[in-house]
Amino acid sequence: MMIQGQKPFAMHEFSLMQSTLEIAAQQMHDAGATHLHRLKVRVGKLSGVVPEALRFAFESLQPKSFAAGAKLEIEEVPAVCWCPNCTAEFETADLNYECPRCHQPSGDLRRGRELELASLEIS
Amino acid sequence: MCQECGCSKPGPYQVGERLVDAHHHTHTLPDGRIITHTHPPSPRADATADNHGHGHRHPHDHGHHHHHGHDHSHAHPHQVLNLNTSILNTNDRMAEQNRGAFKALNLLTLNVVSSPGAGKTALLTKTLNELKGRLRCGVIVGDLATDNDAVRLRTTGAAVVPIATGTLCHLEANMVAEAMKQLDLRALDLLIIENVGNLVCPASFDLGESVRVVLHSVTEGEDKPLKYPPMFHSADVVIVTKTDMSEAAGFDRELALKNIRQAAPHAKIFELSSRTGDGVKAWCDHLVELQANGKALR
Repeated sequence: MMIQGQKPFAMHEFSLMQSTLEIAAQQMHDAGATHLHRLKVRVGKLSGVVPEALRFAFESLQPKSFAAGAKLEIEEVPAVCWCPNCTAEFETADLNYECPRCHQPSGDLRRGRELELASLEIS
Repeated sequence: MCQECGCSKPGPYQVGERLVDAHHHTHTLPDGRIITHTHPPSPRADATADNHGHGHRHPHDHGHHHHHGHDHSHAHPHQVLNLNTSILNTNDRMAEQNRGAFKALNLLTLNVVSSPGAGKTALLTKTLNELKGRLRCGVIVGDLATDNDAVRLRTTGAAVVPIATGTLCHLEANMVAEAMKQLDLRALDLLIIENVGNLVCPASFDLGESVRVVLHSVTEGEDKPLKYPPMFHSADVVIVTKTDMSEAAGFDRELALKNIRQAAPHAKIFELSSRTGDGVKAWCDHLVELQANGKALR
């Protein structure tokens, strides 16, 4: 027997926002809080997550959850690589991994894959 | 993802003959109570504040009790919690468990991803045949529906466990952990995980693999690496497939290689045709060498 998908394709941003809200619920419980006012999420340029899709997921989940009325802040993190020649970091422009100083490519990514719940404002 | 209550647990998926019903959920409510429920096929239409359509009620019996005799404001002070916690924590932890198991068994594990139709199954079938007598191989193969790919892969004689993901557009580490139970991992040298055909979502989900392999067929043009940078950047190996069709497809090889190097400067590149077998030996030799060195890249 095979399972038939009855629902449209799931965006992975939707399921990631669900995980975010689950973490938030757990944290609020631990802190004894009842209201969520703001949540700040950090999204790296190479995380594979589209900030607009994440916001859309939040807005569609929000009314049905404890997050109703809360504000979502998204901090986008640029992709930053390490150049071993110059022993310095450089920010990749348009996902070009070439060091702007010595023009050697580097795949040593230091930042840009983040997908984090940075902070919660609760009461 | 569970699409009944919208939580991030996956819907039911099938590993081989076994149906894994992830629809027994445990939720922690904001007020701290933990509830477990399963999903009846009820829509959300009758949802109210207390009963929001997933078969159980959340009692709202937590009224405020004011025993104290002094005035106070209901403006509760806001508190900011700095968490800096990974949203993919659950998947990443499970992936690390898988990775630990693979390392302990000295099992080389590939996570093979590409857009649909780039030739994952054809390449794996060819690879499995080529590696006969050199490496003992097992396969976990994910698809939304049908076990067609598993049937094709079984013609090689390899042990194959299919995962039908239902509606999920990628494999997650816990599904791989389930599938691992159906394989005799000790009798294997190489475990190949064929992911769902998709160049977007699987990029974010670590499965615990040692090597991530991204395929790029010549019929897809030259700019896939620039259009899907997260996936290509996550690759340890990029394989250009269907090279026998380069001319017919008007494939600009130099441009494609330049784009791959730009998106994934660290990746090793192979060019091959699964149909003619051209270039397959170099790829298989690379796998044998990686396995012999016990070299886990991740």
